[in-house]
Amino acid sequence: MDAVIQLLSQPWPWWVSGPLLGLMVPILLLAGNKEFGISSTFRHICSALLPFKPNYLQYDWKKSAWQLALAAGTVLGGFLAVYFFQGAQTPQISSEARGLFLSWGMVNQLSLGPDFLQSWSSAFTLTGLLSLVLGGFLVGFGTRWANGCTSGHAIMGLSLLNPGSFVAVVGFFAGGTLASWYLVPFILGL
Amino acid sequence: MKNILDLLKYLVIGAFFGLVLVKAEVVSWFRIQEMFHFQSFHMYGIIGSAVVVGAISVYLLIKFKAKAFTGERVNPQPKEFQKVGNLAGGAVFGLGWALTGACPGPLYALLGAGFYPILLAIGGTLLGVWVYALVKPKLPH
Repeated sequence: MDAVIQLLSQPWPWWVSGPLLGLMVPILLLAGNKEFGISSTFRHICSALLPFKPNYLQYDWKKSAWQLALAAGTVLGGFLAVYFFQGAQTPQISSEARGLFLSWGMVNQLSLGPDFLQSWSSAFTLTGLLSLVLGGFLVGFGTRWANGCTSGHAIMGLSLLNPGSFVAVVGFFAGGTLASWYLVPFILGL
Repeated sequence: MKNILDLLKYLVIGAFFGLVLVKAEVVSWFRIQEMFHFQSFHMYGIIGSAVVVGAISVYLLIKFKAKAFTGERVNPQPKEFQKVGNLAGGAVFGLGWALTGACPGPLYALLGAGFYPILLAIGGTLLGVWVYALVKPKLPH
């Protein structure tokens, strides 16, 4: 058992973790004919919590309770990864990426993300708030407009060879590349 | 009771998902910037191999008329094609993915992993969904 935990605590290469993520598709189809997707859980949460709702949020969110359980499980999985399998180790990023982050003034490249993900005092700076709150806002607005995220479009949608999902993934990478090259260094410099 | 067991099933599947997301380093802001700067194969290998496994699985499940544990025939339904929504919405999501370094799965996984400031991003996400709901009738799709 110790040997297994030790093995799982190493960094996982892409050819292990990628296929395992792909298995989410058949696992959910076999578990209850469910299509893999995560971003709509934020819609369900809004529908469940808001007192006065626009049309888009007026539906029976309880029918999607399975998906909220999936999201709760994802939180649990993150906990298990860190507390049992060394999940917060610093990734072995390429030397080019390391140099890029240094050029952005990031000396401390430890754990899974920058300081604003690790401490509240860094989160409540202009850089932290724009990265987290504005970034989150764009994730919420964008995934609803596109009707899916990396799970529902990139993995599930592409697995079904769904044309709209190809278009959405092109959009993901267009927006992401633009932001990572221009917006992110600007926000980090504030 | 049956309901609770059913939810428990998805909770366990979600835990598997969250564990893999973290160990795959898909939740890492560093990995996401590296991906958008085309400086490593890591993320492309993950997404690519996930799609290959997903697509082969769908093909086999449909070909062999597989049944889910709940008894229904497995028949995944593709999402509706929305030219403007898929592209423009996708690009807006992409902007946010680069800023936070997290797509929706990692938002949840990072919370469990103890990166609590991600709650600010989750709050932003819920706000984004609410604003989308308000302006949806005026948006092209």
